[in-house]
Amino acid sequence: MASNEEILAGLAEIVNEETGLAAEAVEMDKSFTEDLDIDSISMMTIVVNAEEKFGVRIPDEEVKNLKTVGDAVSFIANAQA
Amino acid sequence: MSVPTLKQAPVQANTRIMGVGAYRPSVIVTNEDVCQWIDSSDEWIRQRTGIITRHRAPADVSVIDMAEGAAREALQRAGIEASQLGAVIVSTVTHPYATPSAAASLADRLGATPAPAFDISAACAGYCYGIAQGDALVRSGAASYVLVVGAEKLSDVIDNTERTISFLLGDGAGAVVIGPSDTPGIGPSVWGSDGSKWDAIGMTHSMLDIRELALTGKHGAAVSDEEAAVTDASLWPTLRQDGQTVFRWAVWEMAKVAQQALDAAGIRSEDLAAFIPHQANMRIIDEMAKKLHLPATVKIARDIADAGNTSAASIPLATHRLLEENPELSGGLALQIGFGAGLVFGAQVVVLP
Repeated sequence: MASNEEILAGLAEIVNEETGLAAEAVEMDKSFTEDLDIDSISMMTIVVNAEEKFGVRIPDEEVKNLKTVGDAVSFIANAQA
Repeated sequence: MSVPTLKQAPVQANTRIMGVGAYRPSVIVTNEDVCQWIDSSDEWIRQRTGIITRHRAPADVSVIDMAEGAAREALQRAGIEASQLGAVIVSTVTHPYATPSAAASLADRLGATPAPAFDISAACAGYCYGIAQGDALVRSGAASYVLVVGAEKLSDVIDNTERTISFLLGDGAGAVVIGPSDTPGIGPSVWGSDGSKWDAIGMTHSMLDIRELALTGKHGAAVSDEEAAVTDASLWPTLRQDGQTVFRWAVWEMAKVAQQALDAAGIRSEDLAAFIPHQANMRIIDEMAKKLHLPATVKIARDIADAGNTSAASIPLATHRLLEENPELSGGLALQIGFGAGLVFGAQVVVLP
């Protein structure tokens, strides 16, 4: 079970690998599309890699609700609980 | 009573791909053209798909015409006469007759009669399904040489104004001849299906729906059969996809299938000369290559930039181009994987002709 900080750090690593964005830029209140400029295809790649890294399942219909980095962190934390 | 022992066809230990042919139709559709039909931009399309142009066939060029063009080149490069073919297989989802098959007509045009001929409906996995069957037919002794063609005229089944798939698609045909070999040339096929995702990619409606719509009138108004059928173009079924589901499946599940094909062939990714995945989307290709940890020495087929997604034709077209541009790849190992509507998938490691 990972803490929210650990999930954030792991997610930041995935975002960095997919987009080249600095990991520090990936903060809880940042919007994936508006702040981080992540398109729908990158978002799916991030989701696939997050599922693998955190051992959780993020259904397709859930992805559109993950607007901010914080949304994704809470979803993963709840799914792991 | 003693039962006489029957004869069975002698098996063939090894097979290989002997030659590859391609047919690229003449009409070039640019991203600017696409943007007349959907609200988008050249930059948006390039960034999300890697596609710059697609080839499409004019009205008077059919799936069978394109298949014939590709097949003639494949036969010539393989050094095989059509009369030597023991089977003709066409993978297509756009031959506009449920029956008879495109393959029977193709066999006749080529002079392969009376070779058995049949079509495969396996969408973007159709070429790899064809290789699986061609390989099995030759090794089992059921056929000496097999022609496998992927041919698609997807422009007949798209709606240019929809945004999920139409702008990705192009037309074309690719063909190979499979025959016996002294050394192994086609690795074990890893192929399968997942019909639980039947709705993820497919046509908007069935032929029965067309009949129903034509008889009743789509808008409930009483119109004659002919009037409804002729005036309402939306009766015609076209392709749709759930891009998100398909992308995730392609990147995640198909990278595993590609790895299984490598393992089944006893090949490591660093042994490969080329990676030739179905040309669905450049981003899928890139992500699969990453997941497979392909070293930089492996040439990755990126025909999609110019050809778009041509379904069953995409892998043989991409193979043809790779070999044209890099003749030194001939004799090297290529990992090929097709995946698409069904959902269905197939992958093999092959020796490039």
